[in-house]
Amino acid sequence: MIKTENLKVSLPGFDLHDINLSIEEGGFFVLMGPTGAGKTVLLEAMAGLIPVKSGRIIIDGKDVAGLPSEKRGVSIVYQDYALFPHLTVMENIKYGLHFQKLDRKEADQRLNALIYKLDLANLEKRFPANLSGGELQRVALARALMVNPRILLLDEPLSALDPRFREEIRSGLKKLHQSSKVTFFMVTHDFAEALSLADQAAVMSDGRIEQTGSMEDIFQRPCSKFVADFVGMKNLFLARFTGSKATIDNLEIELGRTPVNAHGYIAIRPEDIVLSKESFTSSMRNSFRGTVSGVFDGGFYYEVHVRVGETTFKSLITKRSLFELKIQEGMDAYIAFKSTAIHNF
Amino acid sequence: MTKKEPFFWITISCGFVIMAFILLPLVEMMTAPSFAMLKETIKDKDVVRSIWLSIYTAGLAALISFVFGTPLAYLLARTNFRGKRLVESIIDLPIVIPHPVVGIAILSVAGRNHWVGQVASELGIRIMGSVTGIVIVLTFVGMPFYINAVKEGFEAISPRLEKVSRSLGASMFSTFSRITFPLAWRSMLTGIIMCSARAISEFGAVVIVAYHPMIAPVMIYERFEAYGLKYSQPVAVWLVSICLILFIVLRVLTTASREKEA
Repeated sequence: MIKTENLKVSLPGFDLHDINLSIEEGGFFVLMGPTGAGKTVLLEAMAGLIPVKSGRIIIDGKDVAGLPSEKRGVSIVYQDYALFPHLTVMENIKYGLHFQKLDRKEADQRLNALIYKLDLANLEKRFPANLSGGELQRVALARALMVNPRILLLDEPLSALDPRFREEIRSGLKKLHQSSKVTFFMVTHDFAEALSLADQAAVMSDGRIEQTGSMEDIFQRPCSKFVADFVGMKNLFLARFTGSKATIDNLEIELGRTPVNAHGYIAIRPEDIVLSKESFTSSMRNSFRGTVSGVFDGGFYYEVHVRVGETTFKSLITKRSLFELKIQEGMDAYIAFKSTAIHNF
Repeated sequence: MTKKEPFFWITISCGFVIMAFILLPLVEMMTAPSFAMLKETIKDKDVVRSIWLSIYTAGLAALISFVFGTPLAYLLARTNFRGKRLVESIIDLPIVIPHPVVGIAILSVAGRNHWVGQVASELGIRIMGSVTGIVIVLTFVGMPFYINAVKEGFEAISPRLEKVSRSLGASMFSTFSRITFPLAWRSMLTGIIMCSARAISEFGAVVIVAYHPMIAPVMIYERFEAYGLKYSQPVAVWLVSICLILFIVLRVLTTASREKEA
C-alpha cells in the first residue's frame, strides 16, 4: 500500500491541502481533475521533486517524505517525456542503471523484456530528436520502468498524442501495467481515459481531493457536485427528500430508497434518460412530459434538453434516433429514467 | 516576378550603408601595412609579449568567470527569489559603466587608503601596474558576458530533465555532470569566448590600473601617440586578426550547436 497522509505543499500562489490517498500495491490509480487543480504538483511532491510542507508519504511502510528524490524508488514520466536529448534511446533507457545496485543478469533480462514489450528494438541507436511522439513515450516508459520503481507516476501520458493513436496507446499502457506488476499512478483531466484504465481513482480540484475510491464508486456515486459534474452526470439537481421521494422544484421523483439526509443532490447520467414522443408504458417509474428546449450536436451523439416545469433534463441520443424520432426544438416529448439510475448525495 | 516596393529598396540600401560603415575602416586598416612590416612587427619581442599578455590575461579572466560565474548563472536560471532582478542588474553594471570609470573604481578599492588594498598589500599582492591588476580589470568587464551567455544556456535546458534524472536515482552532482553539463557546455564555451573577446578589447580601464606591463591595446595607443598611425597599424592588424579568429570560432560553434538541436 502506498499512502499519503495529510500531505501539504505550499508553493508561491498555490497550495495542496491535506492530501489523503491510499493506493493499492500493483494497482492502476488515476488522479483526475481539471487543468490547474494541482495534479502535477502532487505528482512532483510524491516524487520528491518539490518540498513537502507537512504530512507523510508512505511507501513500503516507510515515510519517504523527507528523503531526496533519488532514494524514493518513484519514477516519473512527464507529458513531454523529458528524454535526455544528448543520449541515444538505449542510453536513455539504461540511464538509471548507473545509480542502482542491480544484478547484471536481472538488469539485462528486464532491459530485453522492456525493449520487446515496448517495441523499441529498431530505435536503440536513435536520438530523441528523431522520434515520433508515440516512440518518445515508449522510450520514456522503458526508462522509468528500467529501475523497477515502487510506483510509476504518469503525467497526462495521452494528452500530447495524436487522438487517432490514443486508444491504441491506452490499451498498450494497460497491458504494460498488467505485465509489469508496478503500481501506476496516472494524472489526467480526461474522465473517459480514466474510466478505461483505472481501478482506483481520485478527483482533485483546487488543491484538494474531492473524492477518492474505486473507479466504480466515483463514476456511479459521486459525493459532491464538482465530482458529479466532472464524471459527466449532467443532470444535477438540488432536491428535498421525503421518504423515498425527491422533490426538485415541483417535480416528484421516486428514488426507490430512503435517503438519510433531508436535503441534497440527485444526479442522473444523460445517457440514462430515455426520450420518446409517446407516453411510456414501461416499468420506469419516473416518466415526465416536457418540451424540447434545445438540441446540441455532440459529434457522435446529440444532447437533447427537455424542459419539465422549471427543470431542464439533458438526455443523450444517437444521431440515428434523433432523425427517427424527428426531434425538433419546441415539440413535446416524454422522458423517463429508472430509479436505480438516480444517484443521491 | 512582382515589382519590389520602395520599402524593400530602403531596407536593402540601409543594409549596404551599414556593411560599408563597418567594413570600410577595418579593411582599410587591415590592408594598410605591407607584409614586410607585418613580419617585422611580429618579430618585435615587445609586440609579441604584449599580444601574448593580452591573450592570457583575457583567458584568465574567462577562467575566473567560468569558476565563479557558472554556479551563479545556474542559480539565476533555476530559481526565483526576491531581488533577482537587482542581482541581474548588478551583473550588467560593468557593461554600462564607462571604461575609465571602471579603472578608477578598482583603484579606489585597491589603494592603500582602503582596507581591501591594505589586506592585499599585506599578502604581497600588487594590483597597480601588475598582471594581477590587469586580470582583475578584465574579469570585471568580461564577467557579465559570461554569466549572461551561460544563464541563457541553462534556461534552455528543461528542469524536467534534471527532475527525471533525480527520480531515476542520480544525485544532484551526478545529474549536473551527466545531464546539465553535457547540455550546457556549448553555452559555457560561448560565454568564455564572449568574455575573453570583450576582455582582449579593453583599453580604458586597463590603462588606468596598469599602463605597464603593456597589453596590446595599450601598446597600439602608445605607438600611435609616439610614432603615428603607420606604426600602430601593424600591431592593430595582429590583434584584430586574433579577435576575428575568436569571432569565427564563436560563430562556428553556435551554428553547429543549433543544427544539432534542430
